[in-house]
Amino acid sequence: MRLINPQGKERKREMTLLRKNLGAAGEQRYYIYFHEPADVKGTAFMVWKYPAREDDRWIFIPAIKLVRRIAADDKRSSFVGSDFTYEDVSGRDAADETHSLVGEETLDGRPVFKIESLPKAKVDYARRLSWIDRERGLPLKEEYYDVRAELLRTFTTDEVREVDGHWTATRRTMHNAQSGHRTEVVFDEVSYGVGLGEELFSERYLQRPPRQWIR
Amino acid sequence: MRPFFFGLLYTLTWSASTPINAADWQPEMHGFLQAHGASRMGGVECPAQTACDWPYNEQRFQLKLEGSGLEVSLGYAAKLDLVNDAALGDSDLDTRELYVDYNTERFTVRAGRQVVTWGVADLLFINDTFPKDWVAFFDGLPLEYLKLGSDALRIELFPEFADLQVMLADFRKDSLPDRDRFILPGPAISADLDEPSELEASLRASRYFGSWDGAIYLSRTHYSAPALSQIAGQWHGEFPRLNAYGASLSGPLWNGVLSLEAGYYDSVEDRNGTDHAVENSQTRFFVAYSRQIAEDTTLGIQGYAEWMYDYDAYRRALPAGMPERDELRTVATFRFTQFHLHQTLRLSLFAFWGGSEGDGYLIPSVRYAFSDDLWGEVGANLFVGDRNGQFGALGDNDNIYATLRYAF
Repeated sequence: MRLINPQGKERKREMTLLRKNLGAAGEQRYYIYFHEPADVKGTAFMVWKYPAREDDRWIFIPAIKLVRRIAADDKRSSFVGSDFTYEDVSGRDAADETHSLVGEETLDGRPVFKIESLPKAKVDYARRLSWIDRERGLPLKEEYYDVRAELLRTFTTDEVREVDGHWTATRRTMHNAQSGHRTEVVFDEVSYGVGLGEELFSERYLQRPPRQWIR
Repeated sequence: MRPFFFGLLYTLTWSASTPINAADWQPEMHGFLQAHGASRMGGVECPAQTACDWPYNEQRFQLKLEGSGLEVSLGYAAKLDLVNDAALGDSDLDTRELYVDYNTERFTVRAGRQVVTWGVADLLFINDTFPKDWVAFFDGLPLEYLKLGSDALRIELFPEFADLQVMLADFRKDSLPDRDRFILPGPAISADLDEPSELEASLRASRYFGSWDGAIYLSRTHYSAPALSQIAGQWHGEFPRLNAYGASLSGPLWNGVLSLEAGYYDSVEDRNGTDHAVENSQTRFFVAYSRQIAEDTTLGIQGYAEWMYDYDAYRRALPAGMPERDELRTVATFRFTQFHLHQTLRLSLFAFWGGSEGDGYLIPSVRYAFSDDLWGEVGANLFVGDRNGQFGALGDNDNIYATLRYAF
């Protein structure tokens, strides 16, 4: 993950993200381990994500070997200072917005649905437009607008690869139109169905990262 | 470190029959260069032996090595600090951490010098009886320096019903404010300290209850501050025996986090409260709530209480002229944290308020990350209120501090 300010100055975050979906209801577990920068190496986040209520979230701070539950609103919290919120990383609950199809068109040669989504509760945007690849089911672009219809942020999928039979956005960018700051994410390695156990998403593995998955 | 631990290190390292591939064992190397200074505020006059204007002025180089082998079932880590203490004219090699790990599916073992943090409170400690460095804390060193490593063997077991941690550790006393850097009330006392030689034992059992984290704690340990007594005109200090039993619970409430922790301190050597030098038994309790109140802004509040048992016996035993402590000591804390500029700028205020003692301790700070490698922080440690209170007693030690760290 590269965080780039309007002057072009870069900061870099390198991490491993493990995710497990639990059942069809949308419950998920996340484990995020930071390899870089050196000063935060070993820091790990764990999220238990629920479809209809606030997520449970923990952080492990290696310098004092402390696991702490953190209070954060995933809709408003920047993920490690990037232009992505926690919710952008872990996915938004479809029921949090009302959606309407506003058109079918092509974007960069791909057939897409253009969808307008309006959040039900008050969040930092008032309207979102998404361009979803009709065949691959991936968002190729999203635009977030405020109540005055001014563009806040733009998400773009910059590279798509098929990995283990799943179409995957392996390069993506979130650009903050107001500040000029942007964040680029590149997935170097992606695997699906590798058999992550549910027990990985626990305090035990925050304290000692599962080296089988995190090298 | 005791021979016991060396024996164990040896056994863990060499008992494996698999041939060792040297490439697996290559360490990853990181560390930092750090400068930290704290300047005393308020034009206070100091005794001759006290570092007065700059109670802290140090440069530190930390080397951090980590590695693993035997398909990651064995691991090791070292954190070594080379410190130039310009305030006291001293330099030192400080072994912050040095341990080996042995990991299996059902249990893990960590042996050597290691930092352990238990409990759910924020800068208040009930069931975490492990050693702390309050000198570093009161002079604004980064938070990690509040915790001292224990020379310990830690075994973790993972049965179905709970995660169990067992710690067997050498006693290590807290680093408490001394007259090298601090101006303290009362006469200077020089005492011989007698440190306990038996092993400390602590157990933590923890599990999830849905979205809640629950834990119980048992410790057979010693008070980490000495009890001083005078024998034939000579001051002598011992670290009295302490048994601590407690529990904690932490979970979600109204889009925030609620935490509760309680502990009973059984002061084994003064169970009837008649020895004024030794702490009476106590019950300690706290409740905390933290919540994000706006984008990148978090607020946390805590209420803490310490109930002293056998208070009448304590009062009867207290020598004339010594300040009397309250039966119920209460402390409230407040934490405000706000990030700006894509979390490169952090504004923070932590405040302790001693409700029963009428004193307080404020720690405002600003930290800025110039890049991924370089950050700087300026802040202050301000002690206010009644000079008989635990924070107020440090009233001549207000300081502003600055830290600059380059990490690699």
